[in-house]
Amino acid sequence: MEKIFKGPAIFLDRNDINTDEIIPAKYLTEVTKKALQPYMLEDLKLDGFDPHGDELKNARAVVTRENFGCGSSREHAPWVFEVNGVHTIIAQSYARIFRQNMFNGGMLAIELPQQEIDALFELGKQGTVTLNVDVDAQIIHASVAGQESEFPFEISEFDKALVKAGGWVEFADARY
Amino acid sequence: MGKTIADKIFASHLRDEPFEGAKVLNLDRVLCHEITTPVAIADLEWRGKDRVFDKSKIKAVIDHVTPSKDTKTAIQAKMIREWARRHELEDFFDVGRNGVCHALFPEKGYIRPGFTVIMGDSHTCTHGAFGAFAAGVGTTDLEVGILKGVCAFRHPATIRVNLRGGLKPGVYSKDVILHVIAKLGVNGATDAVLEFAGPVTEGMSMEARMTLCNMAIEAGGTCGICMPDEITADYLWPFIQDEYPNKEAAVDDFKQWHSDPDAEYKQILDFDLSDLEPQVSYDYKPDCVKPVSELAGARVDQVYIGTCTNGRIEDLRVAAKILDGRTIADSVRGVVSPATPKIFRQALEEGLIDIFMQSGFCVTNPTCGACLGMSNGVLAPGEVCASTSNRNFNGRMGKGGMVHLMSPATAAATAVTGVITDARTLLSRV
Repeated sequence: MEKIFKGPAIFLDRNDINTDEIIPAKYLTEVTKKALQPYMLEDLKLDGFDPHGDELKNARAVVTRENFGCGSSREHAPWVFEVNGVHTIIAQSYARIFRQNMFNGGMLAIELPQQEIDALFELGKQGTVTLNVDVDAQIIHASVAGQESEFPFEISEFDKALVKAGGWVEFADARY
Repeated sequence: MGKTIADKIFASHLRDEPFEGAKVLNLDRVLCHEITTPVAIADLEWRGKDRVFDKSKIKAVIDHVTPSKDTKTAIQAKMIREWARRHELEDFFDVGRNGVCHALFPEKGYIRPGFTVIMGDSHTCTHGAFGAFAAGVGTTDLEVGILKGVCAFRHPATIRVNLRGGLKPGVYSKDVILHVIAKLGVNGATDAVLEFAGPVTEGMSMEARMTLCNMAIEAGGTCGICMPDEITADYLWPFIQDEYPNKEAAVDDFKQWHSDPDAEYKQILDFDLSDLEPQVSYDYKPDCVKPVSELAGARVDQVYIGTCTNGRIEDLRVAAKILDGRTIADSVRGVVSPATPKIFRQALEEGLIDIFMQSGFCVTNPTCGACLGMSNGVLAPGEVCASTSNRNFNGRMGKGGMVHLMSPATAAATAVTGVITDARTLLSRV
């Protein structure tokens, strides 16, 4: 599945959003990624958040705070984003396994400093923010209400190689 | 500058460094269960690469939902079962022989000092208790592990956790690790190894060390790790006796997997545990922890004793001691799940199962089941569970349910009264 790193963002204003909230364990009995699609963020504890609402349905990126994806190793968490077209997560920090799982699947888990995350959340208050990530240049282009802003970011050469290869299986199979 | 255990294991297993900071390690063990492996199997088949790198190094078990509860879980079990058979895995554990992975695999002697271990399960950090580098990974890492026997990591920093001061009676390694996580926070150890040391760690059994290491991930840690010593050698002796002339030689050999005195640490934490009280979690994060006295009296609907954290024989002994001659409160459902068949049988022989049943507990087969709300004790919305497991996330044991994490002693005492209870108030015999 081709990964697309652009589109409207949804803002999840909380730290420590865990994998059980992203995809509850009762759905781990599925053996295809596609079957997970209806359940994205079903148990997220966040005031005003509607897991069945249009904002989430239309989202192609998530902007959030610290330690996103903590808890379980379940790759079902990145997969539920993947099958819903959400291939970009931008957070202040991640749990290690979740972050690795994103890049292993050829998707982006971008880290930004708190100041930049705050700035993105500010943009979010003005309307729907559309993001467009240039992986080569390492810049996030954000647009809202006719206004454009840029957020440079850093990912390691290895993470970039995984995204380019389409994931860790492709990379490892070609090399080992 | 000296090296930590983790540094030494990384250096000895380094296969490749495709980019600076990305270390690809050779793996000694790739462990598999039926929840996270089937998608890897299906993907390997789809790619026309349905192979395994080494059938003696890959170990598999059905443990999360077993025996299967419905068609979907039966299909998952069938997928891993048929895969294990077709690749002639030397060790695969099906219904009747299966147990909770992080209790079963160590018990079989599969984990040795200096090993690299991955599994598609976040609590793989448990195996660091043997002086191994053991990390939970996703299904893609697992898939590459199965196919190629390698896994990539950033070189982890190490946080040294010195435990000293001696534990008061009625205080256990579970209380220690809850206390440590409360201090570190849920992301205090992200991308780091938690190295447990100091006299309290050195005095702990392998079971207690596994409880410590099991919860490293709850502070974000890649792995928990303990220095392998006489206690490690005693535990492993039935499996390694042909490799060493005597136990002393094994202990001596294990010293290559000790951190150097001048090793570089990201952080050194010192805990004097002499005044530590039993600890209980509240709210929905494992770093929300208070002394039991501050939560005593809170009502619970279910008490769950088991899991990869606290389902081992020592845990059952502690709980049974409190339950002996008592019945659990009418308002409470008690569920105990010995973590492996060996532990179950041992508990039978020691009379512990009888005590659990006399007290009103339901004894289930070994399974992860209720810990993650999959089977054998799922909570209804609004219900509260006192649990010896490791994770109290919102809805973890069932949508709308709440979990208080605690030691087996506190859980047993809570079962007796129906409210969170300090086991030491019930008995002088803790």
